[in-house]
Amino acid sequence: MYDAILSTADSSQPTIDVPIVFFCDNAAQTVRPLEQGVDFKDYYKIMGVKRDATQDEIKRSYRKLARKYHPDVSKHTDAETRFKEIGEAYEVLKDPEKRAAYDQLGANWKAGQDFRPPPDWDAGFEFSGGGYTRPDSPDYSDFFESLFGHGFGSAPRAGGQGGFRARGEDHHAKVLIDLEDAYHGAAKTIVLHSPELDAGGHVTTREHSLNVKIPKGIRQGQKIRLSGQGAPGFGGGATGDLYLEIEFNQHKLYRVEGRDLYLDLPVAPWEAALGATIKTPTPAGPVDLKIPAGSSSERKLRLKERGIPGNPPGDIYVIPQITLPSADSDQARDLYRKMEQQLAFNPRSKMGV
Amino acid sequence: MKTELLSGIVLDEQAELTLGDLCRACCQHGEWVVQLVNEGILEPAGRDPSHWRFTGTSLQKAHIAMRLQRDLDVNLAGVALALDLMDEIESLRALVCRLESRD
Repeated sequence: MYDAILSTADSSQPTIDVPIVFFCDNAAQTVRPLEQGVDFKDYYKIMGVKRDATQDEIKRSYRKLARKYHPDVSKHTDAETRFKEIGEAYEVLKDPEKRAAYDQLGANWKAGQDFRPPPDWDAGFEFSGGGYTRPDSPDYSDFFESLFGHGFGSAPRAGGQGGFRARGEDHHAKVLIDLEDAYHGAAKTIVLHSPELDAGGHVTTREHSLNVKIPKGIRQGQKIRLSGQGAPGFGGGATGDLYLEIEFNQHKLYRVEGRDLYLDLPVAPWEAALGATIKTPTPAGPVDLKIPAGSSSERKLRLKERGIPGNPPGDIYVIPQITLPSADSDQARDLYRKMEQQLAFNPRSKMGV
Repeated sequence: MKTELLSGIVLDEQAELTLGDLCRACCQHGEWVVQLVNEGILEPAGRDPSHWRFTGTSLQKAHIAMRLQRDLDVNLAGVALALDLMDEIESLRALVCRLESRD
């Protein structure tokens, strides 16, 4: 399927660009029966426009919101959800036919209200035939499906027959691992839920688990690609891939940055002042760290190549935290008093006071 | 239930993908990838398309390029600009993070 297409890139002859469309998204969409109530969605509110907005205003607002919430660009935590919502609202409002049909549901519906489309709700509208505008439509809400998904207009969605071939969808998942897993490598079992068509053509959710190797030296945010572990193809199309994004569980001791680790290490005032060799933890086990005399909290100490393994391995930066013994006994108070009397120490001397 | 242990490819600077691998992973035809290379978005090793080798990072960039084109109607020059700016934001964020954690 791809070899034929690739040859055009290898040949030195200029080729005519024939649009070849691959269907990457869900081959199987969940279509809910119409009787079931769904949450009403206020597409105008989502789009941030008034109900009498012009098509141009809707388009402008869509463009602006799409840029703002695009999951690749936005750092909003709910960017993906918002982006899908905006796309769905635009799918309806940009199309005068769908918009008119949506409008006649009335303005009294509130977002989130339990909604059932009235019987023959779309009767009396002339449709030009395009039920779904995009064959690779993303997962629209149940509300959208209840209105436009099933039998809206005259053209049913392309099914499995008639030379329709689709590559399976890529799946994406996040995997939480411990920092220690990156030091030693690990095997993680992940559970995936994917929609699947059964023999009768009904959509069911299949749960399956995969046992995945987490290689030693993996870093926060890196992706692992498991080819052929995504959704099955359609009509003989190839299977999609599975992408796993690695995320570290927050560690109680270390902050992770790339392959480097940062560790706040409490030290006694005399260890910092006089120098000492102290035990410090690392994910690979405790090591001896030499603290030079006259250390301060601002000065980081580097444990070379003790960070996350790799080529080159990361380092561990130790930030000494000078910790004062509490003056909770006569003896301790006595020692503090001696220091007060015998050390000419003014920590504010640089402030001129 | 599968118990077999699967090993994937870590998408980093090392993974070596051919033009075909990249096309299959992105569901796109070869010419589209050639356009990304010509725009400087992807920088494969190797002289000509049949010898090109792409890193895992290239695959991630190609995926982002694909989505920006599809979702925002950005042309390739715009995609290249967006990717450069995203890299810069990423390194500035890391810097802010480092400076904040010093306090």
